[in-house]
Amino acid sequence: MIEDLILAKYNYWIYVTLMMIGFYAVIAKNNLVKKVIGLNIFSTAIFLFYISIGDVIGGTEPIYIHGEDVVYVNPIPHVLILTGIVVSVSITAVALALIIKIYEEFGTIEEDQILELQS
Amino acid sequence: MIFDNAPALVVIFPLIAAVAVPFIGYYNKRLIPYFVTLITFCSLIFSISNLRTVMQTGSISYTMGGWEPPFGIEYAIDYLNGFVSIVVIFIIFIVSIYAKKSVEQELPGRTINFYTVFLLLTAGLQGLIVTGDLFNIYVFLEISSIAAYALISVGKSRDALMASMNYLIIGTVSASFILLGIGYLYMVTGTLNMADLADRLPLAFDERPKVVLAAFAFFLVGFSIKVGLFPLHTWMPDAYSLAPSAVSAMLASTFTKVAAYVMIRVMFTIFKPDFIISTVHAHTILAWLAAIAIIAGSVLAIAQTDFKRMLAYSSVSQIGYIILGVALMNQIAMTGGIIHIMNHGIMKAALFMVAGAIIYKTGIRNINDFKGLGKTMPYTSAAFTLVALSMIGIPPTVGFVSKWYLALGAIEAGMWVFVGVIMLSSLLNIVYFWRVFENMYFYRAEGGKVDEVPLSMLLPILILAALTFLLGVLALYPLKEIMAPMVQIILPG
Repeated sequence: MIEDLILAKYNYWIYVTLMMIGFYAVIAKNNLVKKVIGLNIFSTAIFLFYISIGDVIGGTEPIYIHGEDVVYVNPIPHVLILTGIVVSVSITAVALALIIKIYEEFGTIEEDQILELQS
Repeated sequence: MIFDNAPALVVIFPLIAAVAVPFIGYYNKRLIPYFVTLITFCSLIFSISNLRTVMQTGSISYTMGGWEPPFGIEYAIDYLNGFVSIVVIFIIFIVSIYAKKSVEQELPGRTINFYTVFLLLTAGLQGLIVTGDLFNIYVFLEISSIAAYALISVGKSRDALMASMNYLIIGTVSASFILLGIGYLYMVTGTLNMADLADRLPLAFDERPKVVLAAFAFFLVGFSIKVGLFPLHTWMPDAYSLAPSAVSAMLASTFTKVAAYVMIRVMFTIFKPDFIISTVHAHTILAWLAAIAIIAGSVLAIAQTDFKRMLAYSSVSQIGYIILGVALMNQIAMTGGIIHIMNHGIMKAALFMVAGAIIYKTGIRNINDFKGLGKTMPYTSAAFTLVALSMIGIPPTVGFVSKWYLALGAIEAGMWVFVGVIMLSSLLNIVYFWRVFENMYFYRAEGGKVDEVPLSMLLPILILAALTFLLGVLALYPLKEIMAPMVQIILPG
């Protein structure tokens, strides 16, 4: 029972746990940089999920071996996630650039202090 | 022929042009606005040619690099996205004319950056519309979102930075949800092509219903954030009211509409209407959320004194109309919902342009300071009046057409309460637009000399205002020709 639910699917548990950690940081943290870190954990968890669904038990790396009958892992989720990583990096870059501007304008990156300054 | 490649060119043209802008700017900065207008105009031509091909020979399936679908990336165009593509690129074209003067004043010395990101946003939105591949939707969604974050953050007030930051965080979470939904669907079907997914999904649902349901939930939440459906609309008022004028006009009128289109696409082409009605009952939830959005958006709009902020809240309520039309699950309401994508796009673009024009000339944002504008800016005020009447839904404007279809659809669905909601919201619309009329026309201000915005800003406003009237008349016949097969595709009835 427990083996089926937890051990056999440990990769999914890891991804869900990581995702929730990231989500918690996005919602609860006051510091904008920590929020961005949370976003990164959040999206990385999804990348791990994608990578684990590409796996095939007993599969080898997807490089064509001539004349042999072998099982390959599915490379498509991995390729998709390469794109996903690029997107995530761009988002982080934009977010960090924004945070720098926010620090220049407000003098702080704590969200509650910024809200006080805004009104 | 170049038009054979039009499905790809609508995306590639603005994308390459975005890269070309810095080079042209290095040569001569003054050329950029004209170049951008030219590019968007070419895109418009390609979009029209696409819809023409669809009307003559049926749906287009354009494959990339010779890889046949479902293996390669496919651009699939039918009546629905052919139409949305024209609407979106037309509004962007109009905005690009308007943007020249507006950007010169609001973002001096940053024309190159602005127009590069502007074209990236255009490419992202067009890509979202024409693509037939689910993962492509995620990528284009992020391209256009990143461009949108950047464009919002350059607003005049420093609060724009925080508006952009909040939008970035909530937008990235929503895109991540969509990415997860795509992953779940890929897990059970092994394909990313939308048409292929639609074929395989019933079988996958029989085998693993929970995964498909989870995917649907992720899509619903993810797209609801991007569309700005009521409880998830919080990013919208700040983002729209603090962005530069041209950006507000563009984002408010195109981005949420494109998100709504993608939501329709995913809900109705991939998950079929039957699945929504009998398995998840999402339409009931959506319809009620939309009703709440319509009322709440209007009420919140009444409470605002900042003109742009009022328009942003009015957007919240107008999004409600689109979603309501989608969620009533019959052809008439769907016609209303889709036609409202176009109508609201045109009206909101015009209204935000008026707001921008007033800020350009006088710097006033507060509605209570609008006194005497009817005298000093007669054409802008007249255009505003026409568009506001259309927002309220006076026949024969476009606003009336969509409300008419929505009300008929609600009656057909037997949901009379939504007819009441539409009526009530029209009344609320009158309340918040009346304050503006009153201040514009019924008070005398000192001075009172005619002082209009430059022609390149006035003309786009007047064109859109005229369109709200013209399209309302045309909706009787020419639009029906396109609307009928379009609705038939998504909701066979």
